[in-house]
Amino acid sequence: MPAGGPFRILVCIKQVPKAQELQVDPKTQTLKRVGVPSEINPPDANALEFALRIKDRMPAEIIVLSMGPTSFDESLERSIGMGADRAVLLTDRILGGSDTVPTAHALSETIKKIGGYDLILCGEETTDASTGHVGPGIAGHLDIPQITYISEIDIVDGKVHARRTAEDGSEWWEAAMPCLVTVNFGCNKPRAPTLSGKIRVKRGGVIVHWSCADVGIDPNKVGLKNSPTIVAKVDTVHLPPRARKLFHGEPPEAVAGLLKALVEDGVIRP
Amino acid sequence: MTGIHHNPLEGKSHFRGVWVFLEGRKGALRDVSIQLIGEGRRIADRGGVPLTGVLPGHDVEALARHAIGYGLDRVIVVDHPLLEIYRSRPFTKVMATLITRHKPEIVLYGASKNGRDLGGRLHAVLETGLAADCVKFDIDEEGNLDMIRPSFGGKSLAHILCKQHRPQMASARRNVFLAPPHDPTRHGEVVRETVDLSEADLDAKLLEFKEFVREGGVRPDEAEVVVSGGYGLGDPKYFGMLQDLADLLGGAVAASRKAVDSGWIPKEFQVGQTGMTVRPKVYFAIGISGAVQHLAGMQESDKIVAINLDPKAAIFEIADYGIVGDLFQVVPEFIRQLKELKAGRGPLIAPLATIA
Ligand SMILES: Cc1cc2nc3c(=O)[nH]c(=O)nc-3n(C[C@H](O)[C@H](O)[C@H](O)COP(=O)(O)OP(=O)(O)OC[C@H]3O[C@@H](n4cnc5c(N)ncnc54)[C@H](O)[C@@H]3O)c2cc1C
Ligand SMILES: Nc1ncnc2c1ncn2[C@@H]1O[C@H](COP(=O)(O)O)[C@@H](O)[C@H]1O
Repeated sequence: MPAGGPFRILVCIKQVPKAQELQVDPKTQTLKRVGVPSEINPPDANALEFALRIKDRMPAEIIVLSMGPTSFDESLERSIGMGADRAVLLTDRILGGSDTVPTAHALSETIKKIGGYDLILCGEETTDASTGHVGPGIAGHLDIPQITYISEIDIVDGKVHARRTAEDGSEWWEAAMPCLVTVNFGCNKPRAPTLSGKIRVKRGGVIVHWSCADVGIDPNKVGLKNSPTIVAKVDTVHLPPRARKLFHGEPPEAVAGLLKALVEDGVIRP
Repeated sequence: MTGIHHNPLEGKSHFRGVWVFLEGRKGALRDVSIQLIGEGRRIADRGGVPLTGVLPGHDVEALARHAIGYGLDRVIVVDHPLLEIYRSRPFTKVMATLITRHKPEIVLYGASKNGRDLGGRLHAVLETGLAADCVKFDIDEEGNLDMIRPSFGGKSLAHILCKQHRPQMASARRNVFLAPPHDPTRHGEVVRETVDLSEADLDAKLLEFKEFVREGGVRPDEAEVVVSGGYGLGDPKYFGMLQDLADLLGGAVAASRKAVDSGWIPKEFQVGQTGMTVRPKVYFAIGISGAVQHLAGMQESDKIVAINLDPKAAIFEIADYGIVGDLFQVVPEFIRQLKELKAGRGPLIAPLATIA
């Protein structure tokens, strides 16, 4: 922990298109992204909520960090409205097309520049990239402990205690700080922005934009051409069409209709 | 740590062989590790290269010998008390050291929580590509591993290539690849290696572990009929009703993530992108809206039946049959009529081949 400074929590958030509203364009066979409303990547909102709950219990400063285009300000403003103290947007054209390797690199460099952090919270994964690799990647670069897939967190005697959901059970981990955790989607209910939060946004000065040069990020380490992976092509999945036989009416009739169809189609033995 | 090659193209040809990261649990291999060996074998054979399993752990030599029977040419064992359970830092250190030492061309992990925790940290320090949650692998014309993964909840499949960096790394989704049979007579080598580990690598402590206990009965990922409940149930007690329906049909109960996150049913019953993938003959989605992340785990079911109040629910778009109605009325009625039908007869569900 940094001597003397306030307890500093960094929350990494990404703005994503609302998953439910994404449709494949039947003509171009690509995902229609334009006009799709955005939101804070849902588990990142859960991560921010955990940060706010820690701040409810003890003095702390919350800095939200994001890498992306300036349209991400929308989510940063919302985060401030919810109660974060400040926000940093790393925004630079040369970052375009970065996969998880440059993203983790750029975010960890930005975190080093912010400095003085005790706890870093990320979401378990993004709904658009869904890798869950960026959080552990940042922890690897910063060479700090990581606890992934957590659904509870507490600060006990200057250490992080977190409950991790693994395949076969739930685990309680303890780690010294600074430490990075990744937060499960849906483990808490993110609070709504407040009026006073919105006023703070209006007053300005709480969100800063940094370029790669501001942070000292090597242009040869970020962007599409410095990303180890490329998406060579995307196939639209043509799931076999479904019959979509709908049964309406009062339950006895609707159920009788369903059962009859199941039997006729041989799903249920006649 | 910096990447293992400063100019990515330089030395690419020094990388050879396919590795699979093996996860042990209670003296056995996790099922995803066994499935990975099968897929790793196929990829290795196509390239005419050996297949190596990597097993960091403690007292795992017997397990390593056993693993060979699934199709490995050798297993690298790193045995250390610190590796007794999975821990991010020491496991990352072991894998980074071994990969730098031996330069495999391809490294595969199970897309389990631990596999992703490890892969995410490792790929950043090695500065190489890692594709998450793959469901298919291929080799492209240039000999690169074509790592195929669902994107946007299965609406599309993305082909990921890692052309210039090595190793090419990917995690594979559980229960997508077939587990190979075990041949106890198969020959292979167990190689013991050491990696320097000390107390300093122990940066996190496991305070408590509470195992999920699965009540008896069929597991959803092995059942022919899955009766899945969502947030529309409103209360955990209604899973009892779903269990009755499942029992009638000889099936298993499962759930959406929102039902799991509400604490109504344990995590190991969760279907979807971050839960299990099921492919039953019939999948009942009851009070489930049909979010993309849910569909990712059940859309390959042979037949899908949806029961939902909301006629606009996305689940109806992929349903073969649906009832727009209140589940609290529909399900009991369904159970009643099924019982009537079943009276004095054998199992209700016909063998797959006869499904139209
Ligand atoms: C990173 C990430 C990973 C995720 N992974 C998964 C995953 O693996 N699996 C998963 O399932 N979800 C996952 N989700 C969550 C997913 O986005 C949805 O939130 C979730 O699937 C919704 O669950 P649900 O359908 O039960 O609830 P809801 O969306 O709330 O739907 C409840 C449905 O019940 C219906 N209903 C209500 N009352 C009745 C009634 N009386 N009778 C009939 N119908 C009724 C409603 O009309 C509604 O359609 C993930 C999300 C994120 C962000
Ligand atoms: N561009 C980004 N800006 C800020 N945080 C990010 C960004 N991308 C990923 N993250 C963080 O890393 C987590 C995992 O992302 P991913 O590896 O893309 O699934 C997210 O939940 C965020 O917390």
